[in-house]
Parts: sequence; C-alpha cells; structure tokens
Amino acid sequence: MDLEHNTLTKEQIEANPMLPRRFRIDKVTWETQETFTHELVPIDGADMFRFKPGQFNMIYVFGVGEIAISISGDPDDDSRLYHTTRVVGSVTRRKQNLVEGDILGIRGPFGNHWPVEKAVGKDVVVIAGGIGLAPLRPVIYYLLNHRDQYKRITLLYGTRSPDKILYSRQLKEWGARFDIDVSVTVDSADTDWQGHVGIVTKLIPKAVFDPNNTVAFVCGPEIMMRFTAMDLLKFDMPEDKIYVSMERNHKCGIGFCGHCQLGSYFICKDGPVFTYDKLKSYLSIKEV
Amino acid sequence: MEDLEKIVSQHPFFEGMDKNYLELIIGCASNVRFDEGQQIFKEGEEANRFYMIREGSVALAIHGPGSGNVTIDTLGDGEILGWSWLVPPYYWRFDAKAKDRVRAIALDGKCLRDKCEENHDLGYELLKRFSHIIDQRLQATRLQLLDVYGLRT
Repeated sequence: MDLEHNTLTKEQIEANPMLPRRFRIDKVTWETQETFTHELVPIDGADMFRFKPGQFNMIYVFGVGEIAISISGDPDDDSRLYHTTRVVGSVTRRKQNLVEGDILGIRGPFGNHWPVEKAVGKDVVVIAGGIGLAPLRPVIYYLLNHRDQYKRITLLYGTRSPDKILYSRQLKEWGARFDIDVSVTVDSADTDWQGHVGIVTKLIPKAVFDPNNTVAFVCGPEIMMRFTAMDLLKFDMPEDKIYVSMERNHKCGIGFCGHCQLGSYFICKDGPVFTYDKLKSYLSIKEV
Repeated sequence: MEDLEKIVSQHPFFEGMDKNYLELIIGCASNVRFDEGQQIFKEGEEANRFYMIREGSVALAIHGPGSGNVTIDTLGDGEILGWSWLVPPYYWRFDAKAKDRVRAIALDGKCLRDKCEENHDLGYELLKRFSHIIDQRLQATRLQLLDVYGLRT
C-alpha cells in the first residue's frame, strides 16, 4: 500500500487504516441517468492524498454502509478527489441523494495500480466497457500528462447506448486531439446516432498498434474483458502485457477480511489490476 | 477491369484466394458509390448483391415495435455487407444506410450463385470465408444480447 499520501498523519494511518477521513462533497455531476461523479475535498485539516491510476477508496455513507469505488480523477491533480458511482445497491442508492456540502468518510487509497510505468516507450491501448471507463480515466489523464513518454495511445470505449456514455464531453475533447485515437461504440442506438454500433472488440482490428510493443489496459464487465483479451491475443499480444481490473465484494480494503478473495488472490491487496495470464483461469469460471 | 482486379484481390475478405477463383468473382463485380444517408437496401427487398466496403461506414437497422428504427451494427472499411444473397429465399433481413460517403465493390449474388453451382470448389471457398464472418457476427450478437453493461436487479 502506498503510504506517501497524507491523511490524518502517516502514523495514524499505519496504526489504523480502517479509520475514515472526512471529505465534503464539493460538486455533483450526473454523467448518465444512473451514474454520477462526486468531487470531494478533505475537511479534516490534512492534505489531499496522492493516488495512482487504478487505485480505489472505501467510501462510507454514514449510517448506511461502505463501498469500494475506484478513483476516477487526475492523479497529478491533488486539489480534489473524484469518484464516479453507478447506482446499483443500497449504499449507492443513498449516495445518489447526497448533495453539495454533505460529508462522506473515505479510507484509502487501496490496491495496486495500472502499471503505466511499464508502458513507457510503448504503444498503449486502453479498452473500457461501461462504467469500466471510470477506473481507466486516471490512466488517460496520466498518459496525456506524460505524453512524450509513450508512443501511440488508443482509447476504445464500448457501452450500452449513446445515453450511457460516460464523460462524453471529455471523450469529445480527447477525440479532437492529434495525440490520442479515441473510438466509441454502443451496443445499440437509434438511427440518429452517428457513431459506431457493435461490441467494443469490433474496434480492435481498426486500432493501430504494434502487438510486440504494446501494453493494453482493459476494464469492464468480466465477460467483456475475457473476450477483449482473447481478441488481443489473436493479434499476438503477450498475455502478460494485457492488464485487467477485477472487482469483488471489498470490505476491509487491506487484505484481512477475505471478502474479496478470488482463488489465491485478495483483490483489494493483490489487485485490482492483474495481468491476463494470472486471471484467465478464473475469468472463465462461472460464479466464482 | 485491371483496377477492379487489384481492388478485389487486396480486400481482406479475398486475401490469399486462388487467382482463378478471383477471376470468376471479378466477373460479377462492379464499383459502386453511395452518398451520405442513401439507402443501400431495405428489409424485405430481394437480396441479389453483397458489398465489399472500401471506404465509409454503413448502418444496419431494424424496426422494433415501440422502439422505432434501431441501429444494430455498423460496418466500415474492409468489411463485408450482406449475406442474404447466399441464403434462400434471398431477401434482406435489415435496412442498410450509408452513414457517410461509401465506396464499395458490389458483387452480383445471382451471378455468383450460378458460378458456385457450376464450380463447387469456388462455392466451398466462398462459404468458408462467409462462415467466418457469420461466426464473428453471431458471437458479437450473443454478447450484445447478454447486455453486459445493463444493470442487474
């Protein structure tokens, strides 16, 4: 765990990583009908913590419960914390009703990160499905902040329909740049939609990258990640250059409780990011 | 004709195909162009052609009850549009419309069906290539049906 960040004090964190910090909701942005982003600032007097792309926080909605949510902001911006949440369960249903000024408890950041340092000097293909774009957005920020360190950068994003597209304004901005290729596809659309229709893997053959010198970061529903990895392998990409991010029922966030165990891994501590070769045997098992 | 031969032989769908077969196929081929928004074919019409898209994109749509016209797939450069010419009763199952300016090679399905009946090796070669496309689209459709991005309640 990266303890370089400041919370209460480093010593207090080390002593009790189960202790949440208080953050105030500074802004709420609805991305889609059921997905929203909270911009948060700390109110405990300590600095904002630093995080790496792919890490997550445990977010405590006081009196309701705690959930794991990926950090979706810019890792080089330590002025505020961004969390994009989809409304799916009891905690997120309550979280959606919070407004500017309300307080959340935050523990973290936890987990490993997308290894952007291993992609230096290589092509990078980022493939996201649905809400899977949220944990990958920090990767895009990071790659663009350090653009000269990477070769071609490609973002392929698939989601259910045009109204479910996350961060649509930002996707347009990135798409207008000359140093990143952005393609978006939806599973179905009305005939007014001018973009691609079809599953996200259909975009892979159109992407330009050198399979022998590429790192792929993939995040989305498990079945989408499995099919995406299989398609990347058809282009002779090595399995250990394909990274996927897993999600399980996180509780403690520090590898103690075992709720997020997957085979021999604790997702919160050993993950959430894994190379495909480590996870492929689990991705094809039903209900594991 | 020489240009057409070059275009057809370089299209990914015909990659590695025997030159003799290519000659037979080129005899059924012609250059076509569609403007943005132009209907290429409509559901229920006779399917006597298929298209090798060279440039541009095509939307495949179907009319759903209560949902109007729904685009279910888009096809672009290097892809093949249409296989209803291969399967009786040879009617299009979807609408196809050019999303932007489309340049393509049209292949006369009736002409090809006759040639495949005369030359079963050519027919087998074409069917192998089409079955690959049909397999890819079936897998993609199954994933779309799973609605993997939908909410589970």
